[in-house]
Amino acid sequence: MSEKKPNVGKVFLNGIITENPTFRLVLGTCPTLAVTTSAINGLGMGAAATFVLLGSNIVISALRKIIPDKVRIPAFIVVICMFVTIIQLVMQAYLPSLYESLGIFLPLIVVNCIILGRAEAFASKNPVIASAFDGLGMGIGFTLALTLIGCIRELLGNGSVFGINLLGAGYQPMLLMILPAGGFLVFGLLLGIINALTNRKKGDAK
Amino acid sequence: MSLILSSAPHVRSKANTQRLMLNVIIALLPSLAAGIYYFGWRAALVVGVSVASAVAAEFIWQKLSRQKVRVYDLSAVVTGLLLGLIVPPSAPWWMMIIGSFFAIMVVKQLFGGIGDNFLNPALAARALLLASWPALMTSGYNIGKFADATSSATPLLAGASYMDLLLGNVTGAIGETCKIAILLGFIWLLVTRTIRFEIPAAILGTAALLGWALGYDPLTTVLSGGLLFGAVFMATDYVTTPMRWEARALYAVGVGIIVVLIRKFGSYPEGVTYAILLMNIAGPLFDRIPMHRIYGYTKAKKEGK
Repeated sequence: MSEKKPNVGKVFLNGIITENPTFRLVLGTCPTLAVTTSAINGLGMGAAATFVLLGSNIVISALRKIIPDKVRIPAFIVVICMFVTIIQLVMQAYLPSLYESLGIFLPLIVVNCIILGRAEAFASKNPVIASAFDGLGMGIGFTLALTLIGCIRELLGNGSVFGINLLGAGYQPMLLMILPAGGFLVFGLLLGIINALTNRKKGDAK
Repeated sequence: MSLILSSAPHVRSKANTQRLMLNVIIALLPSLAAGIYYFGWRAALVVGVSVASAVAAEFIWQKLSRQKVRVYDLSAVVTGLLLGLIVPPSAPWWMMIIGSFFAIMVVKQLFGGIGDNFLNPALAARALLLASWPALMTSGYNIGKFADATSSATPLLAGASYMDLLLGNVTGAIGETCKIAILLGFIWLLVTRTIRFEIPAAILGTAALLGWALGYDPLTTVLSGGLLFGAVFMATDYVTTPMRWEARALYAVGVGIIVVLIRKFGSYPEGVTYAILLMNIAGPLFDRIPMHRIYGYTKAKKEGK
């Protein structure tokens, strides 16, 4: 496999905008829909996934010449598991309330397809520095998307953002938004809006 | 005498979207009048806001997406009217606006506009409102003639007489209480051939039978709650019912079964909304079930005979 040096800045921005894991690649939708009932949950989930992505990308990239091709997926999973365990223990120790509200979705980062996807598609083929920036970019893109969805759902479903009440006491919270159906609605509408905007941009460029 | 040469179709009917929608509107008027009679001006306000915002939503969407503005086909009016008639009479105005905009923009236009919505827009909007503001959607019946009535947890099967149920002298959503008004609308729809009687009849028959089997009074099952209104005005929507008659039969029987099962075992007091929405989703699948033997096709004979 030839290894040309990827442009680090481009790789970083790639994860945030052009290949945003949530809105462009539509990966990791399970945590996207499940935990974004509030902005802080979205941010917490995104931060945890970013940490795991960064760590696993670096380690897998460093080990890419040692890991045999046939057992690469189990090897990737073991590396990812290690970082998930670290973030889980750290969060349980220092952010117990966030740990409680993320619940089962924190250990489930192991099977988050963004992380395995980046390991397979990028880290196993590219040098360490570029992989680190890829992990960081993807993680930040994921975090931004989750926080955005979390903000919208919390604002409509609870009248607040990050726990700060914005819409006043007279607001009648739209309960649906913090129910699972609201997650699908907000996610679908955002996907549609972003697709429409990208298509328009492409049309202008032509 | 002049001879006209033209290509097919030769048989033309005057039916168009506007005319069909106008028939539905006329059929809904008795229910609206009964709702205003029983619940007072507040009910008129709710329906008015609902219709106005549905039309506004349609207009705004078609302007924004640079489509031809087709508000005059009256389909948005029907959606708004239906939504207004299936909410409690004291529903707040902002809730009606949100409901109408959701019905028109999300359920109807995002999926391709008239003819392409996979759910009944008014019912989907009601489901949204019910999930979002359950307290506002299941109370507030005690206005108008019922101002002094004791608030009952559910307007369903509460021991009202057949006469009260028929006349609409019970609490409920604006348009669903007065069964005589609904039946008048049903007759109008049948006379003008806007809908056929099979689907409502099958729904009501199934519900009555299953209700009877589960220990309800069959007539009360049919006359209480929103079953009659849903069967006549919601389940007969052209777009969201299956095409073939076998599939329609499955669809209608399914609605009847789910309504009674939700009433009997569900945690919601009434299940007409969800029954019809679920069958809306299942409808296209029913259309795909192969039920006709293809001409000339014989079953392969089993080996060893």
